Amino acid sequence: MNGNWKLWRAQIAAIMRLEIRKSFLNRRGVVIYLLALMPVIIWVLHIFVMRARGRQCNFAEDTHMFAMIFQFFFVRLFIFFGCVAVFMNLFRGEVLQKSLHYYFLAPVRREVLLAGKFFAGLLAAVTIFGASVLLQIAALLGHFDSTTVSQYLYQSGGFGHIIGYLGVTLFACLGYGSVFLAMGMFFRNPLIPAAVVLIWEGISSILPATLQKITIIHYLQSLAPVPADPPKGAIPLQILVFVSDRTPAPVAALGLCVLTAAVLVVAAWRVRRMQIDYAAE
Amino acid sequence: MTGEIVFNDVSKFYGDVLGVNRVNLAIPQGITSLVGPNGSGKTTLMNLMTGLIQPTRGSIDVCGIRPDEPEKLFQVAGYCTQFDSFPKGLTGYQFIYSYLRLFGMTHADADRRTVAALERVNMAEAAPRKIAGYSKGMRQRIKLAQAIAHDPQILVLDEPLNGLDPLVRAETIALFRSYAREGRHVIVSTHILHEVDMISDQVILLNGGYILAEGQIKAVRDEIQEHPMQILIRCSRPQSLAAKLFESDYVVEARLHSDGAGLLVKTRTPERFYLALNTIALNGINIETVAPADDDANSVYEYLIGGEEPTR
Ligand SMILES: Nc1ncnc2c1ncn2[C@@H]1O[C@H](COP(=O)(O)OP(=O)(O)OP(=O)(O)O)[C@@H](O)[C@H]1O
Ligand SMILES: [Mg+2]
Repeated sequence: MNGNWKLWRAQIAAIMRLEIRKSFLNRRGVVIYLLALMPVIIWVLHIFVMRARGRQCNFAEDTHMFAMIFQFFFVRLFIFFGCVAVFMNLFRGEVLQKSLHYYFLAPVRREVLLAGKFFAGLLAAVTIFGASVLLQIAALLGHFDSTTVSQYLYQSGGFGHIIGYLGVTLFACLGYGSVFLAMGMFFRNPLIPAAVVLIWEGISSILPATLQKITIIHYLQSLAPVPADPPKGAIPLQILVFVSDRTPAPVAALGLCVLTAAVLVVAAWRVRRMQIDYAAE
Repeated sequence: MTGEIVFNDVSKFYGDVLGVNRVNLAIPQGITSLVGPNGSGKTTLMNLMTGLIQPTRGSIDVCGIRPDEPEKLFQVAGYCTQFDSFPKGLTGYQFIYSYLRLFGMTHADADRRTVAALERVNMAEAAPRKIAGYSKGMRQRIKLAQAIAHDPQILVLDEPLNGLDPLVRAETIALFRSYAREGRHVIVSTHILHEVDMISDQVILLNGGYILAEGQIKAVRDEIQEHPMQILIRCSRPQSLAAKLFESDYVVEARLHSDGAGLLVKTRTPERFYLALNTIALNGINIETVAPADDDANSVYEYLIGGEEPTR
């Protein structure tokens, strides 16, 4: 058993190296980098616009704004579509390119292959979007004076918030990653299932409590370090962000892990039955 | 590796399309050639024994290993597929090296074996280049290098000689023979039997998803000679032709074609029959065409096996 783990670790590492080289260190990765860069650009633009108008930014307003942008746009759209791009193609892309048999001809358990690909996607997504979060925060904090910043970081729990944002990013990649990995094994055309998930996640807050437990955004909102209260009267936003019952953070983290594991079990079942059927394309 | 590759009443359907049907086989060590025309099921059989596809019915056993256990199977087996597609952006070296790393090998081991495999197929020079820029023959050779890189006891090779020039072809065949001499299983597919008849220890003839014949090439040839061959003759007066033919020794059976404008003849000695037909035709019967009957397995045999005995 011990020997098996050692072998599996070596195999997973080999798969990850190959995946990273094939998919993320080349032109195909550009879409994901652009997605991750966009919120950073938004913040930089914000600062320039405020400067140009000769107005002073308000720290409390900006951090609140940050929490909102993070939840409404970054997690729900940017990480979401980033994960579509990264994970949906892990298997589907190889079927389209007719290269999946390369892996199937190696003495690798199909489950190990799945794990290797998933971790490769996770590493890429978390690195890219984690870097994006840090850049966004750097842009946000960068245009305030150092006393305000250090007071925020050391006295108002700023470091905790940053860790929290990074944590939500990690969990978002974990949750959405597993879902899109599995979907890429079941569907030829990724757009329709992705749209269905987008809507499902979008209406999460008006779903009954039990159904909410099988949305990813429910857990992510419960994990958010700073609650994002939408401005009064912004009804579409209120629907998006309204949390009927915030699950305590550790429970939410556990719940998301269970959800991810369940999806990966389905994916493992699927990958064991996958056949090389390129001719049928 | 002792043991056989056993197919137990295996059928494979792709939806409604037949891949192979009711296959029973036991493939021993040595070189086995799978011979059949396009679409006869050669690739299907090879994909089945390597677990790339699963049988619709029946079971397969590869020297004691089930094909759905890749972690065991590919420790001892290598498969050179017919697929002409590769993971994107890899060089020839990376293609083999990364494959070996999937085994869990260390960098040093994988590097050493990669170099050895590349040399074995004469691809050392082209190895640093991207596969995307390879010629057909080079792609064929790099796939072969992948199949042999881990020194497998069972080699499954789907049309491995395709696109190779005569010199490389001879070298590759020599490689297969040396593997066979070492007691390995070497399974090679082709649609041109004479390409491999000299080296095959046994042949399996396939057509339309069915096994027509299997065994040592001599026995397969004899079996075909025992089977009468069916020939369709289109002519002006089939009845009188039939009467004449019955007088000759070469015809086993002759009957009118259902449309009334031809004669279906069975013979064990087609060459002599053709000769005899020439003299008959001189006697006022107008013969339009003479051809093996289409739906006849023997015409496929003829096509596959050709007339001559193998020269060993
Ligand atoms: N993925 C698939 N989907 C549907 N039908 C398929 C598929 N793969 C093979 N077939 C069908 O199964 C039959 C056998 O095909 P197979 O590829 O095994 O033949 P082959 O002997 O390898 O032919 P070739 O000499 O052209 O390589 C053919 O009728 C083919 O159309
Ligand atoms: Mg084929």
